Amino acid sequence: MSLLEVSDLEAGYGPVTVLRGISFSVDEGRIVTVLGPNGAGKTTTLRALSGTIRRSGTIRFDGEDVSRHTPEKLARRSVAHVPEGRGTFTGLTVEENLRVGAFPRRDKQGVAEDMRHCFRYFPRLEERRAQHAGEMSGGEQQMLAIARALMLRPRLMLLDEPSLGLAPKLTRELFKILERIAREDGVTMLLVEQNANLVLQFADDAHVLEAGRIVLSGTAKEMQADEGIRRSYLGV
Amino acid sequence: MERFIQVLVDGWATGSLYGALAVAVVLIYRATGIVNFAQGELAMFSTFIAWGLMQAGLPLGLAIAGTLGLSFLGGMLIERLVIRPVEGGEVLTLVIVTLGLYVLVNSLAGWIWGFGNRAFPSVFGDGSFHVAGAAVAVESVGIVAVLIALVLGLYAVFQRTKVGLAMRAVSFNPDSSRLVGISVGRTLMIGWGIAALVGALAGALIAPRLFLDVNFMGGVLIYSFAAATLGGFDSPFGAVLGGWIVGIAENLAGTYVDFIGSDLKILVPLAVILVVLLFRPTGLFGSPEVARA
Repeated sequence: MSLLEVSDLEAGYGPVTVLRGISFSVDEGRIVTVLGPNGAGKTTTLRALSGTIRRSGTIRFDGEDVSRHTPEKLARRSVAHVPEGRGTFTGLTVEENLRVGAFPRRDKQGVAEDMRHCFRYFPRLEERRAQHAGEMSGGEQQMLAIARALMLRPRLMLLDEPSLGLAPKLTRELFKILERIAREDGVTMLLVEQNANLVLQFADDAHVLEAGRIVLSGTAKEMQADEGIRRSYLGV
Repeated sequence: MERFIQVLVDGWATGSLYGALAVAVVLIYRATGIVNFAQGELAMFSTFIAWGLMQAGLPLGLAIAGTLGLSFLGGMLIERLVIRPVEGGEVLTLVIVTLGLYVLVNSLAGWIWGFGNRAFPSVFGDGSFHVAGAAVAVESVGIVAVLIALVLGLYAVFQRTKVGLAMRAVSFNPDSSRLVGISVGRTLMIGWGIAALVGALAGALIAPRLFLDVNFMGGVLIYSFAAATLGGFDSPFGAVLGGWIVGIAENLAGTYVDFIGSDLKILVPLAVILVVLLFRPTGLFGSPEVARA
């Protein structure tokens, strides 16, 4: 069954419409990526889903209509959005960032357990738990942003360009961890990326956006294999 | 020597009062980036409510406690009704709105309670004791103690509670706060409520030293801005320390510098604001962002 079902989603900023009616679905447990050139509407898609911008259309999450949910309400439904540019709380310490990530939760025990769980994925964060997020490197902040999202114990994670500004080696490591989170913790992922070549190695399904419309959908394997698709849509 | 101790303790107590109102100003600035010019008037209004409750027969302590609660609710209401519609707007818009609130609250108080002045009793009574030959008012020591307790209490709320964590998160990054499930509007309402409560406490402590009338907080607000500026404008601790420095400096200058006397004492906070902004715009404890904004 689909965890997320999107139909005729339109969204934009002020008078400008960026997404021109897209429909797709994300099955539970899958890693789904949205690819496309700059300005195609990738980031806009995630923002529309989490409700931080003007939107219309239907969004169903786990069978429930969440088309009009505010971002905070959606977060309480266990949808975690890691925004572009990470969105960590720079003035809070690493540990406080993680605690604030678990804000809607009441189960103290579970939160403490999940924090240890995050530190297993990102030992670096445990070393820096008392440090302010703003003092950390870009890679560490990206790890923190993902760990913070995990603290929500999400069923769906929306990730906006996790590779942005990271060295290739670090990006690869990060994707391996994301894959473990998806497979071991059963977190469904919707991932926006510029780096199509890399993300197609990890993703199950892919959608290609162009000028606010989905022009191509399929499994990651098919897309990787098809020379024509890669040349015309992905520029690789 | 006795005189010096008296002047010092008195200045310290006065400075604590400036510090208390400065803390209220700083709390709102930290949470929203708004400098609330109406903070003093809100405190004045709260103090009138306390006075009104006493007229209705409540004992002083109960009247003040009730006023603190009412002020908390009032602060939340003001955020929701007056500030929310302009939130995130231009700085000039926000300044004008809080100045408008200043005039509104001032006039409203005059309309309800009139423009005469009234005596307001001190919770600490008018006793005194002797230290090294100098008479020290119990009230002075009480004020300083209340302020220290207040700041420690606020520190505990911000550092140890979930609401406090949410308030700090919102002040750093409102967008990300929503993404982790924090209701930004509700959090800001609580922030305004706490600031109004702190202001009400300041008003109830200041009124006995002056007279209660609709303009009694006007001068105090200037001293508080000096304290907040000196402290860096986004640090409650800085605001308190700034208040102490301004209060003591003002009293020493008023007593020992002949040409200043009690008439020109108001120059002290203005000089402090000017000097801090010229030479150290981040104050003693401010974050650098404050200087850039």
